Amino acid sequence: MADKKIKNVFRQGAISSEFIGDSIAKHQTKTSIGAHNIFLGQVRADVIDNKTVSAIEYTAYEDMANAKFHEIREAAFEKFELTCMHIYHSLGTVKAGEICLFVFVSSPRRKVVFKALEFIVEAIKADVPVFGKEIFEDESHQWKVNS
Amino acid sequence: MLITIKYFGQIAEVTQREEESLEFSGSLISELIEYIYSKYGILKKKDFQIAQNQELVSLETKISGKEIALLPPFAGG
Repeated sequence: MADKKIKNVFRQGAISSEFIGDSIAKHQTKTSIGAHNIFLGQVRADVIDNKTVSAIEYTAYEDMANAKFHEIREAAFEKFELTCMHIYHSLGTVKAGEICLFVFVSSPRRKVVFKALEFIVEAIKADVPVFGKEIFEDESHQWKVNS
Repeated sequence: MLITIKYFGQIAEVTQREEESLEFSGSLISELIEYIYSKYGILKKKDFQIAQNQELVSLETKISGKEIALLPPFAGG
């Protein structure tokens, strides 16, 4: 179902596996769904000039970002036959190996969810004003840029 | 017009503030950016997009809004 109200997508810190598991469990009552698809963005311990990324500190232009997430949501419901869709993104510090983005789409049938998930994740990467400071183990940093 | 300028990520690192308000009489976004460059010269070397009232705009856009944001490259996900 499409929801017209702008939701707050952001969560402070990493997205836990318990939170993700609970989200899946909550859909067991929605029995028109035949297929879920989930994208989990995980912070990578990139090595740059012999220094290893230990965490990313996320900030965002929150009002604009939530409005963009809403536009992406509306566009996805328009384009694909989805039963429901959830997006969560971290703010603040997320350590290497932890989850910073959780996108969850559900539909009666499988083919739709593969296409929808890619569309949504690519749009998030390109259009949403979220910024990431990559913190190295020696506490120096650089700014992440999506490629 | 009283304008609030918001800075994010590596832009905020340069300006050392997340926002400031100023009375601005220019009419184009480009004039405002020139003013910001005069204050923070290093920003000339930085890559950013500009949003007015939470929508991306170009340098040729007229200033119509009260909130202008300088957005460095996006890194969500």
